[in-house]
Amino acid sequence: MSAAPVTPAAVYGLLAEFDTPDALVAAAKRVYAEGYRRIDTFSPFPIEEAWEAIGHHDRRLSAIVLAGGLAGLLTGVGLQEWVHQIAYPVNIAGKPLNSWPQFVPVTFELTILFASLAAVLGMIVLNGLPMPYHPVFNVARFDRASRDKFFLLIESIDPNFDRRRTLEFLRGLNASEINEVQP
Amino acid sequence: MDPKPATYAPAPLIEPGHTFGSITDKISGVVLTKHQPLAWFIVVSIGLMIMGMLGVALTWLLLKGTGIWGVNIPIGWGFAIINFVWWIGIGHAGTLISAILLLLKQGWRTSINRFAEGMTIFAVMCAGLFPLVHTGRPWLAAYWLFPYPNSMSIWPQFRSPLIWDVFAVSTYFTVSLLFWYVGLIPDLATLRDKAQHRFLKVTYGMLALGWRGSARHWQRYEHIYLLLAGLSTPLVLSVHTVVSFDFAIGIVPGWHATIFPPYFVAGAIYAGFAMVLTLAIPIRKWYGLEDFITMRHLENMGKVTLVTGMIVGYGYLSEAFFGYYSANKYEGFMIWNRMTGPYWYMYWTLIFCNIITPQWLWFKRVRTSTLGLFLVAMVVNVGMWLERFVIVVTSLHRDFLPSSWGMYYPTVWDWATFVGTLGLFVTLFFLFVRTLPMISIFEMRTMIPEAKVSGAEGH
Repeated sequence: MSAAPVTPAAVYGLLAEFDTPDALVAAAKRVYAEGYRRIDTFSPFPIEEAWEAIGHHDRRLSAIVLAGGLAGLLTGVGLQEWVHQIAYPVNIAGKPLNSWPQFVPVTFELTILFASLAAVLGMIVLNGLPMPYHPVFNVARFDRASRDKFFLLIESIDPNFDRRRTLEFLRGLNASEINEVQP
Repeated sequence: MDPKPATYAPAPLIEPGHTFGSITDKISGVVLTKHQPLAWFIVVSIGLMIMGMLGVALTWLLLKGTGIWGVNIPIGWGFAIINFVWWIGIGHAGTLISAILLLLKQGWRTSINRFAEGMTIFAVMCAGLFPLVHTGRPWLAAYWLFPYPNSMSIWPQFRSPLIWDVFAVSTYFTVSLLFWYVGLIPDLATLRDKAQHRFLKVTYGMLALGWRGSARHWQRYEHIYLLLAGLSTPLVLSVHTVVSFDFAIGIVPGWHATIFPPYFVAGAIYAGFAMVLTLAIPIRKWYGLEDFITMRHLENMGKVTLVTGMIVGYGYLSEAFFGYYSANKYEGFMIWNRMTGPYWYMYWTLIFCNIITPQWLWFKRVRTSTLGLFLVAMVVNVGMWLERFVIVVTSLHRDFLPSSWGMYYPTVWDWATFVGTLGLFVTLFFLFVRTLPMISIFEMRTMIPEAKVSGAEGH
């Protein structure tokens, strides 16, 4: 590696490859401790320690799912009360128009339906999916991230990123291979 | 036989010696190959032929109306509702495995949840077909069932259990599909990365939404996967409860019973586990997946089948007791007629299939024999269908007044439609096995010891 200064835009980041989840998590902790924040890890299965190591925990989805459930609840109550009291009041067996216990099943189902849709759509939107193109896919070995290898990415826009120093630092973390990620 | 092991630790859920790579290659290899076992072609060919019969039966139904079926007063509900309840019950095991066993941290669900969820979706499709066509004029059903502002300014009757059913089943189908798809996303990314053919790469790539296994994505993914499991659990219990309300809300003796919701839910899980065993036993053999779907999985499913079968048996007992203890002439006559009336052979075959046969599962020799489990499961499949027949037909065929008594004889079109849905189910299921990973690859990777982070600093 030459020591010539490069503009941050020249590479997207550096991608280090590890063979085990242990090595990945240990490296991620070191990278985080070193002050890097524009980092991410890639693994073929969820590793709780990995997202803890890079300081990520997004709790917004709980609120989104709750909001979805409440929206479903209000839709269910509103729809049935409106239909049976305002739009189409029909006297069935002398039951009151507001026979709310009979509206519980549909309200319940709509609550579950809206909450589930909120959960899945919320996950997809917050994850920025669908995203068919991402720079990490330019690294040929990255197809192993969905099979058996573990990757750690430091993005070049991280204020601490320096192409040479960061590379040296990653080399010290027992990475089995380090690649530059083209934007 | 091996000597008795020194400890009573359960057998491993995945045979030793597997790595992340070998699991990936083995499961995705079933999809990404030009070769399929001969059995696949045989089953799909038969399935497609039977589906053709379904097509003929439905076409004739739409041309002629429901007069081609055997339903008539007093038996206004025949095969359509019997098959609907049977199919939807079968679906319930898939959600139980994927959601409830996930919340209970039962690791053995991992090998079987994907195809059990697939089974759920296809079973609910088969179930949904019957209410759709049972009017003979399905295009009219839209304004009866769905609340939309139509040109007649009329709205559905939300006090009716039949409308609850529409909402329960359509919600169940949607949520099951979402759960299944979300579970598939990381595996679709694996297939995208492994596929050689450009068409497959693009197709799986589009379906995978650009999944790249980022830790930030995994965190949100795991978060909602757990929430979906939590939402699906009350949902699945509510679906068969609502299905049982179709009966229990009415005043017909034999239907109007408070035991119905729990008894239906247990019966659903019972039927569903029998169907999972029916599918799993041949498929693991044909595709050589004994390493992943081990004897321990099959044995556990056998145990769940036994337990739910006993709950169903309790349901039958309590129905009989209810008939006696109610001191109601009609209730007492209903249960006595069920046991000794014109359909007595149906009732006693049902007792044989659902209560007596599963008792074999007390024996470990039977639970650890694929043939034994398969035979018990087939008998239970038949028994649960008979249960629905007995509930629907024997409760209706003796009306309150003897002048309104009658008999129900299913016609050839009833049978063609029912058997046709079996073909639809089998065909859809085997197409799924061919095109998508039938075992969750990413969850299987977490099952091997190397997946656990030891916490030691690795430098």
